[in-house]
Amino acid sequence: MNKFQHQHTAHCETGVMSSMLDYHGVQISEPMALGLSSSIAFAYLPFIKLNGLPLIAYRMPPRSVIKGLKKRLKLNLDYERFTDPKKGMIALDKQLDAGNIVGLQTSVYWLPYFPDDMRFHFNAHNLLVYAKKNNTYLISDPVFEKPVSCSTDELQKARFSRGALAPKGMMYFIDKPPKPVNYTKLIPLSIKSSARSLTAPIPIIGIRGIRFLANKLARLDRTMPDKKQQILFLGHIIRMQEEIGTGGAGFRYMYASFLQESATLMNNKLLEDASNMMTDVGDHWRNFALHTVKMCKNRSHYDLRELSKLLHKCASEELKVWKLLKKI
Amino acid sequence: MKKEDVPQDNSRSYGGHKKIIYATTSSGKYEKTNSSGWEAEEFVTLMAVNELETQARAAYKHLQNGETSPLEYHMYNSRMDLLGLSQATGLFQWQIKRHFNLINFTNISPKTISLYTQALGITKMELQTTPTRGSSDE
Repeated sequence: MNKFQHQHTAHCETGVMSSMLDYHGVQISEPMALGLSSSIAFAYLPFIKLNGLPLIAYRMPPRSVIKGLKKRLKLNLDYERFTDPKKGMIALDKQLDAGNIVGLQTSVYWLPYFPDDMRFHFNAHNLLVYAKKNNTYLISDPVFEKPVSCSTDELQKARFSRGALAPKGMMYFIDKPPKPVNYTKLIPLSIKSSARSLTAPIPIIGIRGIRFLANKLARLDRTMPDKKQQILFLGHIIRMQEEIGTGGAGFRYMYASFLQESATLMNNKLLEDASNMMTDVGDHWRNFALHTVKMCKNRSHYDLRELSKLLHKCASEELKVWKLLKKI
Repeated sequence: MKKEDVPQDNSRSYGGHKKIIYATTSSGKYEKTNSSGWEAEEFVTLMAVNELETQARAAYKHLQNGETSPLEYHMYNSRMDLLGLSQATGLFQWQIKRHFNLINFTNISPKTISLYTQALGITKMELQTTPTRGSSDE
């Protein structure tokens, strides 16, 4: 038996990488995985639709945590994808037989252990398989408190679901034990990278992306006259921010936690201040969510301009943090 | 956010599970904190679930009235839409729409049927018959 320890985390991809590295002897917390891979972000992508609504992301695209950590920590991490589901399952078994643990990209919808209200067609979920017993896979799904399990058929279905972001059986695992992490080098490097992308001069990305969405809200009455459609759109923003396992406030609290951990590791006052400021930014995002939902529930206070202002406030507060972090 | 301010609203959408929120202790240190739900989040989740449910119910009406084939209902019942089913099957949206028509539906090739059954996770029998809907019909 291996010494694998299940870990309950906020987000799937950061959680999988944190647990996998832990198993291979490198202790990296979930916030550290988010921070070192520079995966915090904001993007408003109107040309990618989820159930007819634009994609709003609070982090970099799927797999960027894995790729980011692989690059920064120089991990011997292998990815494999398959066209033949059978081969994909055999390859998984082979790794498990060798005593390795394996990360998988799957659909959420086809995993039998998800509560009904959380089952949506989302293809970029991540989980860890740590053993197989009599045709049942023992799974550490980081967004669940306890380990779960899944039959061969069900897991195969989830790994090979088709559609947007199709996983194509994607599996990843670490071959050789990783080297210890050089925090003093990597922390400033990864923070600078995030600060750059969050303040990038692209209208739908980072701080400008938040402002873009805020401006869109202010004139939503003209572009989306149907009230019902508006409410669905507002609800969608909040779902992307809170429901999709972000640790609260669209990863902002998790990032504040990363900054705090970094401040201690590097004994750095600037990082400590930035962490406190990022916590306040998170509180602004939660406040925006709360007000939005209140307006959706009680239409008498419905005021899109007010929401737009709150979102602009998030943008300006967050900009201050990233400007400060650029100085590191 | 402080640990004691982390909402514990026992949300239905969590199905009895807990999620992790990063929050600070009284001394300002971040810790993973369990949350049993947040009312605001639950509201938007259930709104999305209800929207899908409404679509499925409307499609069931169409089916009962003999206006469409069972495909439309099964699509929405699997929480998909035209775009999603199109991406999952590799068929064009207009092809799928054609198959909503009862007459066209009876003429689908076995190969296309299997595309649908795989994408929707149902058997051929289920796809071709009118299902009975339970208590959620009200």
